[in-house]
Amino acid sequence: MMALARNSARGVLAAFLLAFAGLCAAALPARAVSIERVISPLGIEVWLVRQATVPIFDLQFAFEGGSSQDPAGKPGIGKLAGLLLDEGAGDLDSKTFQERLEGSAIDLQFQTGRDATTGSLRSLNEHRDEAVELLRLALNAPRFDPPAVERIRGQLLSGLRRETTSPNDIASRKWWAAAFPGHPYGQQVNGTLESVPLITADDLRSYAKHVFARSNLKIAIVGDIDAATAGKIVDRVFGALPAQAELRPVPKADPQGLGQRIVVDLDVPQAVVTFGRVGISRKDPDFMAAYIVSYILGGGSMSSRLYSEVREKRGLAYSISDNLVWLKGTAVTLGGTATRSDKTSEALALIESETKRLAENGPTEDEFNKAKSYLKGAYALGLDTSNKIAGALVQIQIDDLGIDYMDKRNALIDAVTLEDTKRVAKRLFEGKMLVTVVGRPLGVTSRN
Amino acid sequence: MLKITLAAAVLAAIAGLTHPAASQSSLGAKVAHFTLANGLELVVIPDHRAPIVTHMIWYKVGAADEQPGKSGLAHFLEHLMFKGTQKYPAGYFSQMIARMGGRENAFTSSDYTAYYQRVLREELPKMMELEANRMTGLVLTDNVVLPERDVVIEEYNSRVANNPRARLAEQIAAALYLNHPYGRPVIGWRPEIEKLNREDALAFYRRFYGPNNAIVVVAGDVEPEQVRALAQNTYGSVVRRFENIPRLRPQEPQPAAARSLTLSDPRVEQPTLQRGYLVPSVTSAKRGDSEALEVLANILGGGANSRLYRTLVVEKGLAVSAGSSYDGATLDPTVFSVYGAPKDGTSLPQLEEGVNAVIAELIDKGIGAEELERTKTRLIAESVYAMDSQSTLARWYGGALSTGMTVESVNTWPERIRSVTADAVRDAARQWLDKRRSVTGYLIKDTSAREEKRS
Repeated sequence: MMALARNSARGVLAAFLLAFAGLCAAALPARAVSIERVISPLGIEVWLVRQATVPIFDLQFAFEGGSSQDPAGKPGIGKLAGLLLDEGAGDLDSKTFQERLEGSAIDLQFQTGRDATTGSLRSLNEHRDEAVELLRLALNAPRFDPPAVERIRGQLLSGLRRETTSPNDIASRKWWAAAFPGHPYGQQVNGTLESVPLITADDLRSYAKHVFARSNLKIAIVGDIDAATAGKIVDRVFGALPAQAELRPVPKADPQGLGQRIVVDLDVPQAVVTFGRVGISRKDPDFMAAYIVSYILGGGSMSSRLYSEVREKRGLAYSISDNLVWLKGTAVTLGGTATRSDKTSEALALIESETKRLAENGPTEDEFNKAKSYLKGAYALGLDTSNKIAGALVQIQIDDLGIDYMDKRNALIDAVTLEDTKRVAKRLFEGKMLVTVVGRPLGVTSRN
Repeated sequence: MLKITLAAAVLAAIAGLTHPAASQSSLGAKVAHFTLANGLELVVIPDHRAPIVTHMIWYKVGAADEQPGKSGLAHFLEHLMFKGTQKYPAGYFSQMIARMGGRENAFTSSDYTAYYQRVLREELPKMMELEANRMTGLVLTDNVVLPERDVVIEEYNSRVANNPRARLAEQIAAALYLNHPYGRPVIGWRPEIEKLNREDALAFYRRFYGPNNAIVVVAGDVEPEQVRALAQNTYGSVVRRFENIPRLRPQEPQPAAARSLTLSDPRVEQPTLQRGYLVPSVTSAKRGDSEALEVLANILGGGANSRLYRTLVVEKGLAVSAGSSYDGATLDPTVFSVYGAPKDGTSLPQLEEGVNAVIAELIDKGIGAEELERTKTRLIAESVYAMDSQSTLARWYGGALSTGMTVESVNTWPERIRSVTADAVRDAARQWLDKRRSVTGYLIKDTSAREEKRS
């Protein structure tokens, strides 16, 4: 039977869906994760965490690239390529490939984001060799056979058709399109109903050839293996890829359209809102201060200002959040809520006024202390499983934070002062927002 | 943004992801299970890999235990359980957890309502104290109840009203159960949610929340004896406030007629076929039936190698997607679900015919040794992957015990799956995938009427 979670932002249902993994040592102050930087015989770097308690092997990786590599007017290539990597490779057709995955209970997933194609491989120790071989084939010799391409293209198009009447998807698409006109980030990762039919097998091969390389690759392994074995594994999977990726540069850009509100008419009982503004990049010296104030405004716990004002006190929405999003070419804050049509204007006004209040006065000392405490504790408690650790290690490499980041992180948070957060709250929240609203919100209209 | 739709929720549950499963017997051997004098059951799952614990409490009450006319009450009370007690006022518990960086949430199904926290080991006594305190100490005023009811209505809008597939799932369940309250949505019917109030919530709370109707599951860096002592000091002092009443819900009569329905909605851009069959759950099944249904659901429609996907999507090109799923973790008979989305140019009746043919062939010719082995390998591996996650294990044991299963049945799940035979799978299909036991739903685009503005 259906289970309903109290708070969607925390996603207990998502938790139900995930098979969490474990680890020998969590990144807790008491017992830090021990990460080895391994350089393989072929010179490929992988970060390794050894764990022998559960008989499971996790490998995760990211190739810089993603939908930002899609040509203007033809989005969806990176996405479709990612969806086809497990649909036949080398001598194995789609059917055989899928049967071998299932026959050894291997979990292999690829995802395409704006900046990267990422992958996650998980197997029982006893099937590690088979898992590694299937991943090698998928990345080095994807087939893109016509029947598979047409089948997966059909699935992508079916999803895109559904999105055309899904308020959440429309609100998000409109936001990115308005914020980044003419920029790769303004295009949809999943492509469009117009672009996806035009994608050819050559487009997909070209994506794989340019993006799956060693120069733009980050890898992490968590498992019961030593450094030499880890080196052999990454050489086997990634060693034959081109040394150098050929990436289209992604121009730096700030979100446009600030101050605009775009209302899209859709006959739904609830208006879905996406709001965002200029963020702070991961390398900015003020990043940690921004992380703290963003948490205070709309972060993950059940006690953010927006949660308290919009949900707890007034019951205007089930979910509301606001977070920092950082990409290679931009940084934004991005928030969302869904609220009844006759109260949408009230919710929007509250979001504006709470944001302004935080910009003007900054956090209170109590909020500041609680936020720091939360952000330190949550990071450690969030690293309780092998795949979460592997994911964190890949992200730290993408963000170029250093192999000692987990050890340094608490000190970086502690170094932020209340004054810093007041200054950064102003910097972050003083400016205007770009807002998209989908539904039939009473008295809320588009404005330029 | 709301990421989790009702459809996803239903699929997640139906897909058997909450199914009772366990890892190798070595793990089951470590699990401790005991009962306090006041009737509270405890399950302890030691896992010393990190100094973290997951603390969950499962109340054996869900939407199927509501009185007619009060649909949504179990879930509404779940929301209200965060509104504080006399000793620990509103926000105290959640803010304490937030300060630690801990995780908390709660969820409601037809059979249970559960609350959990994930924190550092040192914080477990505090979690137990606060959870024990709100077992009987909840204080509610209209100041908090009424805005929360609005929150639940927005939750309904997000999950159901904004989502045609979720609306179809609601209609199918309602048509499938002629007599049993599983036909009622967990979130409730909107006109009834709108009328729920403080008195309803408190009456339900007093009737169902107490130590003798709950299971505490602690997974993580603890030993059973430590947990027993902590539980004595916290939960141990909560007094019983009612006698246990057997959970006897109105049962389904022998199904007699295949039912079908069509939901049309102007927002449908991809038509969908969904069918639910009324089938036994682990608890309501004869021994072996549920395991055979689990294997059947995976062979018939679990992933890219399944019969439905290979035949309808890959070979015949009738559908963009097709699959099936089974959720055995319910107290009373459950749903075996089959679904598909037709390709352009395929009508829903054509797709339905295709689905019927796949099922008929399986019943007629049975299954192959290779597909049986592959499916069992994958299912059993899930229980090894679960060893990696204390949260998953805590959910399996808690979900099992709150739906009438035992610790033993969780522990032996992999070997029971291992012993499912090809004949048992075919027999299960023949016996249970009988159209008279089913409701078939079509989701189509409503193009008839001009859209009318809501007032």
